[in-house]
Amino acid sequence: MKLITAVIKPFKLDEVKAALETFGVKGMTVSEASGYGRQKGHTEVYRGAEYKVDLVPKLRVEVLVDAEDADDIIDVIVKAARTDKIGDGKVWAVPVDTVVRVRTGETGPEAL
Amino acid sequence: MKIDTGATAWMLAAAALVLLMTPGLAFFYGGMTRAKSVLNMMMMSFGAIISVTILWVLFGHSIAFTDNGSSFANKFIGGFDAVGLKGVATQVSEGLLKDQSDNIPTMVFSMFQLTFAIITVALISGAIADRAKFGAWMTFTVAWATLVYFPVAHWVWGTGWLNKLGIEDFAGGTVVHVNAGAAGLALAFVLGRRRGWPKEPMRPHNLPFVLLGVGLLWFGWFGFNAGSELAVDGTTGLAFMNTQIATAVAAGAWALVEKLRDGHATTLGVASGAVAGLVAITPACGFVDPWAAIVLGAIAGTVCAYAIGLKYKLGYDDSLDVVGVHLVGGAIGALSLGFLAAYPFLPDQHKGLFYGGGAHQLGLQALGPVVIGLYSFVMAWIIGQIIDKTIGFRISADDEAAGIDVTAHAETAYDLTPAGGGASRAAVTGTAAPRPVSPDKKVEAEA
Repeated sequence: MKLITAVIKPFKLDEVKAALETFGVKGMTVSEASGYGRQKGHTEVYRGAEYKVDLVPKLRVEVLVDAEDADDIIDVIVKAARTDKIGDGKVWAVPVDTVVRVRTGETGPEAL
Repeated sequence: MKIDTGATAWMLAAAALVLLMTPGLAFFYGGMTRAKSVLNMMMMSFGAIISVTILWVLFGHSIAFTDNGSSFANKFIGGFDAVGLKGVATQVSEGLLKDQSDNIPTMVFSMFQLTFAIITVALISGAIADRAKFGAWMTFTVAWATLVYFPVAHWVWGTGWLNKLGIEDFAGGTVVHVNAGAAGLALAFVLGRRRGWPKEPMRPHNLPFVLLGVGLLWFGWFGFNAGSELAVDGTTGLAFMNTQIATAVAAGAWALVEKLRDGHATTLGVASGAVAGLVAITPACGFVDPWAAIVLGAIAGTVCAYAIGLKYKLGYDDSLDVVGVHLVGGAIGALSLGFLAAYPFLPDQHKGLFYGGGAHQLGLQALGPVVIGLYSFVMAWIIGQIIDKTIGFRISADDEAAGIDVTAHAETAYDLTPAGGGASRAAVTGTAAPRPVSPDKKVEAEA
């Protein structure tokens, strides 16, 4: 099993979610995140005083998947999240040892 | 003496309108602070309502609006006949018109004036956001209202020396705004800068709050300005209209300055400009023609938009720009009468320079902000130093870093996380009521 984590532009969530659903992914966890890569931030002005805001709002999408599906799913996410502009985010995967479904106690791939 | 029911009804409403300005100010200021100190900021406004109301009953009304037996002392301070509002309930305030068409119960006049005293004190708090001990602030409100606001109100609006000189201040450009602005500057010096200012970002945390606050201020200000006629007549209507004109123009002027200078017209700019316009028209609203309200609004919005930059050049942390908006805006309004006063309803007055009135009134109008500004600044600085040297005016560096809401008030303004910040019920001590676990099911208090 693998945990795929994608940091994406917030307005791309609907497209990413739809693409994952079409692929057959059953669930995901979405959280709000702030950060920067090459995009860096923007400037805000309050009563004439400028503030450089480095951390850009992003969404973090986490999906637990079968190891053999991981590459395909990463591909799906990348295609759906891409705008070809700076700040599109990153996707990565890490191996996962144990997964338990809390309600039933099922473990391993059954719990995905 | 007969009272005029129409004038009285209006003044009752006007007093309520002006009181609403202080909660409005709490939102205006509160939205501009960081999220960790919004409650303290709002508490300083509500604290002023508490302390000034009590002081007003005890001796504030008496010092400001009764006559002192000694004619020399009366120049500076009123008498003590109405201590505890003694006898006020049965008195009637004779209006300016002398034909009984504007007599109102003195208690209504007193309530109206009380709301002015409250907001003047509350205005000062914007200079010391995030870092003042709440007890020290409350002590300051008592001392400053007693030693500065009540006497100054007597000087200008009572029978004191500035009134006798002929200084005009229709609704409080000098008594309220210059007065509060100068005290704010003094406290900014006494307390020093916020930790990290001006290097760390201290962005407003809730601009919709700021706009909500401005909306309440604008609405309440009609009571403040039009109510200051203390009657219902042509001047009341003029003051009402001029208030609207100058405020809208100043909001636009500030936004225009921002667009040209910084590249964007901002909501905070519109909000700040509106307040600058309200402040500047305050001393002039009943005395100038509507075209002059446009001029005054444009000047106030533009000058104040630049004046707020002074603190960065001079290095004092007037956190929410009490000086740049209220001191500067109030002085602009007071001075404007020297140029623009038309007195459409007061034919015997010295008109402004542009109406052929000569420089006489201009000199008087410059004197008011200088005298009152200096007096308020010096007194606030002395009171602030005494508080700082005795009980301490400033919270500790650790408390400031952690946020004054939690350390001074044991509260957090916003709980927006599903996990509730990990809060769990502490042991029941019997001193606090248990918090409900769900709307329907309350925790039984443990004995």
